[in-house]
Amino acid sequence: MKTAPYLLSLPALLLFAAVVIVPLGMTVALSFHDWGQYKGIVPVLILKNWREVFSDSYYGEMFWRTFRIALLVTLLSAVFGAPEAYILNRMKSPWRGLFLLVILGPLLISVVARTLGWALLFGGKSGLVNSVLLSMGLISAPLPFMFTETGIVVALTHVLMPYMVLAVWAALQRLDPQVENAAITLGAGPFTVLRRIVLPQAMPGILSGSVIVFALAASAFATPAIIGGRRLKVASTLAYDEFLNTLNWPLGAAVAVLLLLALVLIVFGANRWVERRYAQVFG
Amino acid sequence: MAFLELENLTKRFGQQTAVDGLWLGVEKGEFVALLGPSGCGKTTTLQMIAGFVEPTSGAIRLEERDLLAVKPAQRGLGVVFQSYALFPHMTVTQNVSFGLEMQGVAAAERTRRVGETLELVGLGSFATRFPRQLSGGQQQRVALARALVIRPRILLLDEPLSNLDAKLREEMQIELRQIQRTVGTTTLLVTHDQAEAMALSDRIVVMNKGRAEQIGPPYEAYERPATPFVASFLGKTNLVKGVAVRPERIAFAAAGLAGTVRTRIFQGNHWLYQVDTSDGLLTVIRQNTGEPMPAEGAAVHLSWTTG
Repeated sequence: MKTAPYLLSLPALLLFAAVVIVPLGMTVALSFHDWGQYKGIVPVLILKNWREVFSDSYYGEMFWRTFRIALLVTLLSAVFGAPEAYILNRMKSPWRGLFLLVILGPLLISVVARTLGWALLFGGKSGLVNSVLLSMGLISAPLPFMFTETGIVVALTHVLMPYMVLAVWAALQRLDPQVENAAITLGAGPFTVLRRIVLPQAMPGILSGSVIVFALAASAFATPAIIGGRRLKVASTLAYDEFLNTLNWPLGAAVAVLLLLALVLIVFGANRWVERRYAQVFG
Repeated sequence: MAFLELENLTKRFGQQTAVDGLWLGVEKGEFVALLGPSGCGKTTTLQMIAGFVEPTSGAIRLEERDLLAVKPAQRGLGVVFQSYALFPHMTVTQNVSFGLEMQGVAAAERTRRVGETLELVGLGSFATRFPRQLSGGQQQRVALARALVIRPRILLLDEPLSNLDAKLREEMQIELRQIQRTVGTTTLLVTHDQAEAMALSDRIVVMNKGRAEQIGPPYEAYERPATPFVASFLGKTNLVKGVAVRPERIAFAAAGLAGTVRTRIFQGNHWLYQVDTSDGLLTVIRQNTGEPMPAEGAAVHLSWTTG
């Protein structure tokens, strides 16, 4: 009998359908409904919201900003996270555990708390770093951080870096330590070993870490909401505002669905590319 | 002075002495095996020559030059690792070519030498495969080709055959020996497998607890072991009244030491006996000549000549 596996997975499938598939379908349907200040949501099938999202440059700018921030965060996480993972991998027993805790520690703290930490350090004139630098006379005006893209990128990189470190570390752990020695005996210097031997083998880890970080950065809500606020919106905070402030649910739904579609396309495309590129080599 | 000289080479890890005052001279073109149980210091010795481990004291000289003053990357040695340590992200050709690239050999010359070496190890048609797509034996050959293509001054083999199954291991032993004869590279093999050491090498160094117990040709070490450790490590041996007697030297005879056959095991080309005697339990190996042999429980007489 082959029905047992299906029966066993049925409860999970039902739960998944009830809390993910159905609301998702409703959101997609919602994005085609009409809305007016006085008439509220009208359940008809029109393209008004989609036309607005695609024609109004206001939304284009916001999606472009979301993409730009996610890309920068991914790049920064890779640039800082990959070396961090390499060093971590080479550490000896007591230190490795300690530093792993330091790296993963932030994951144990709420994203909101971590982001508010940045706000406390850089928020306006009263932020700790700004007030110290101002009183020392090193700067004449507070460093712009709140409500800037730089601020969002820095805070998100801090929040999402552990995922990159973990992904790269997992890839490095599969690396045979003798492989580096083999390259050395063949005459390779330390830099060549890193560039030609270690980095290519860490690449699948860096790429899969990048996919995770990109997806999380593009869909992040708490950090852009706290640092960017209403003044500097990204796709997720935009959808939130349409839903809860303007009360234009259909338009918010269109934004949310578009963000989801773009992310699914990018993530699946990247994943397929990585798999195809490395299937032969690493399996 | 020999081609490669280890002079009073010593390595201590904290309280532990891994290699304890090792002296060894290896002649040019010679194949020498460092043989011993795990923890005897053979791998540490190899790692000191390769440059991965720094000796506590002593010297290593290659062609009368101090090798310890040379960086590992500049020593020009070929190393075959136990795990093969192939570059998984490179094809067979790229793996073998890597060392030549590091030496700055021109592309055309590189292609020629890589092709030649792959032919030598019998992998001519596997050039574009990745290591993962090769069998253990083929990976082993790539590792050998990668080490040989740079025309190393010494070839260092670290348990190169231990990851292969028994049949393949025997085939590779013969092939390894032929290849080494062909290219004439001075070779140092580290192994715990006495059969491998005896099959491959001109001389073996039997090591125990960081010291060389005996250095000599395999036949000599087997026939005239210098210490009880060498006698017991190289093949099976019986101790009869303090004298070592090899099991294959004991014959069933009409007269001699009386005993009873306790067990008899048929192993194809030979029979393995354990015989209870007044001198204890003796192991006897008899060739399978097709003659009828004593059964278990039979009363027998054993005789041998020592010499």
